[in-house]
Amino acid sequence: MKPFTTVTSIAAPLPEADVDTDIIFPARFLLLLDREGLGRHLFHERRRPAEGAPPFVLDTPPYDRAEILVTGPNFGTGSSREQAVWALADFGIRVVIAPRFGEIFFSNCFRNGLLPIVLGEAEHGAVMRAAEAGEKVSVDLEAQRIVLADGAAIGFAIDSYRRRALLLGLDEIGAILADDAADIAAFEARQKAATPWLHLSREQLSHFDDLRTSEA
Amino acid sequence: MSALTLYDKVWRQHVVKSYEDGSDLIYIDRHLVQEVSSPQAFAGLVAQNRTIRRPDAHVSVADHAVPTRHRDRPLPDGLAARQVSRLESNAERFGIPYIPMNDRRHGIVHVIGPELGFTLPGATLVCGDSHTCTHGAFGALAFGIGSSECECIFATQTLRQKKQKRMRVMLDGALPAGVTVKDIILALIGEIGTGGGNGHAIEFAGSAVRALSMEARMTLCNMSIEAGSRVGMVAPDETTFAYLKGRPLAPSGADWDAAVAHWRSLATDADAVFDREVRLDVSALSPRISWGTTPEENLPITGRVPDPAAESDPSRRARIARSLAYMGLEPGKPLAEIPIDRVFIGSCTNSRIEDLRLAAKVVAGRQVAANVAAIVVPGSAGVRLQAEAEGLDAVFRAAGFEWRDSGCSMCVAMNDDRLSPGERCASTSNRNFEGRQGQGGRTHLMSPAMAAAAAISGRLTDVRTLS
Repeated sequence: MKPFTTVTSIAAPLPEADVDTDIIFPARFLLLLDREGLGRHLFHERRRPAEGAPPFVLDTPPYDRAEILVTGPNFGTGSSREQAVWALADFGIRVVIAPRFGEIFFSNCFRNGLLPIVLGEAEHGAVMRAAEAGEKVSVDLEAQRIVLADGAAIGFAIDSYRRRALLLGLDEIGAILADDAADIAAFEARQKAATPWLHLSREQLSHFDDLRTSEA
Repeated sequence: MSALTLYDKVWRQHVVKSYEDGSDLIYIDRHLVQEVSSPQAFAGLVAQNRTIRRPDAHVSVADHAVPTRHRDRPLPDGLAARQVSRLESNAERFGIPYIPMNDRRHGIVHVIGPELGFTLPGATLVCGDSHTCTHGAFGALAFGIGSSECECIFATQTLRQKKQKRMRVMLDGALPAGVTVKDIILALIGEIGTGGGNGHAIEFAGSAVRALSMEARMTLCNMSIEAGSRVGMVAPDETTFAYLKGRPLAPSGADWDAAVAHWRSLATDADAVFDREVRLDVSALSPRISWGTTPEENLPITGRVPDPAAESDPSRRARIARSLAYMGLEPGKPLAEIPIDRVFIGSCTNSRIEDLRLAAKVVAGRQVAANVAAIVVPGSAGVRLQAEAEGLDAVFRAAGFEWRDSGCSMCVAMNDDRLSPGERCASTSNRNFEGRQGQGGRTHLMSPAMAAAAAISGRLTDVRTLS
């Protein structure tokens, strides 16, 4: 995963509540098997407005090159599809700022080098105004600080582990396998003794032996 | 040690290790694998030359992309065919069970997990699907994850997580006639909002929950995610044990007795404290209908389409106006006068045998309105076979419904069952998002009984008034 340090970019304003993952990445494109190149389906319906309607913000220069997205509350609510994050990242978005996020979307971001920032109402309002004015916004993860064009600095909170994982571009699976394998094995042995039914027996698994031959 | 909640207990029993930053490495007992969220996870394993740590902890099945008719023919959609066969080949390669779409055990992951007894009280269970909270109905700690987390489960059987805050939803009172658990959860989401459960693990408790069947509890927990919480749980009790006993993957013999004793100990301690408490008297509820494009935007069927002009908060006003524009609705119109084009009875929320019985009872001896196309999609082959044994398929067919094979179907627009732009659907599914059932499609969420009533009258209808 690409390490995240700082991003300085204009920020695209999307002042809408409840932008769900079906809007971000419509379900029909979930049939694709890749995680690369999904930016072309990002906000698919929104980016094809009815005739005469204004283009979507990410198709309106200079916001078509924005690396920061500022949205209303509950961004990424709904389905767990990580494609929503892959598509944003592929488009070039590195930071999403909102008063609140859908929880699965929020955790998916950290696994893909995307920084979701939760801000309170006043701070969010200030960043949204800067976005709407087309001003540059700087996000410094190390310092946990957003700096606006007028020099105003806004601090943000982030879980310490997630911050470190983003800064280092950490491979979490590799880290668990390297550091925690013995603890996992010990846990499994304890669990198998205390609650053996949580480990399926050979006899139970034989329920699946005929999977290749049966028909409903 | 202070008093513990159900969530605390299951969490604590699964901590592999605790880190200095307050997060825990949580052991995951069970993983349901489907075709949409898994291909990239399997590809990640291959790229890193990693294996599956415990192949016996995973079961795979294709539910989202499969068609629900003509299952004897090749899949008409090439992309869907490729996705389904990719799951099968990945399962084969990594040695985990794969349930083919024409198998008697096929179905939606959240329907077959419980049917198999794969879902157990006190277990941790995940799936790359947000409605994994369904399994919390058994007192499992179950939640939806992304593909990267699926890959982590495959490789390590663990996830590094921070514990959520604790929230209890107390449901008391007796449900009035014509009102079902779907109306409870819609009312709750209407009350606390789609972000109401953010940051919290919900426990549903109270006399009304105790009175619910296992299937109704699954409907309740299923939509926890629509209230913003990844986790919704119910403490296991006699209803839970009776449901599980004899299931193929449930414990048996001496293991069963030990398991039941353990499961009884999971209930929240009497003096446990929650970070947040919400109460709802279900005896005051009416059947409900969503009118907008979030599950929060729902009202009793006796109500009217909201008027944005009556809303003083500008952002809320804009939100309502946007929903009405997408839904093609006029402010002030009685909800029960809205005509519909399609009816969908199915999804991981409402496709179990009790749901189909409720709908069939409304439909029996009546005809689907001439302007309506209606389908029933059983959540699993098991549900379908049971319904057919009870003659429910005949009831639906005689009324003009199509009777389909199991799958996610019209809950998610990635298979053949979907709405055309502008079509309006009475649906028993869980999300009324823009485009959820098809580009430009308009979804009204409701219970199976209400969807059946809408099919008969051709408009949104209060099932209590159907003569």
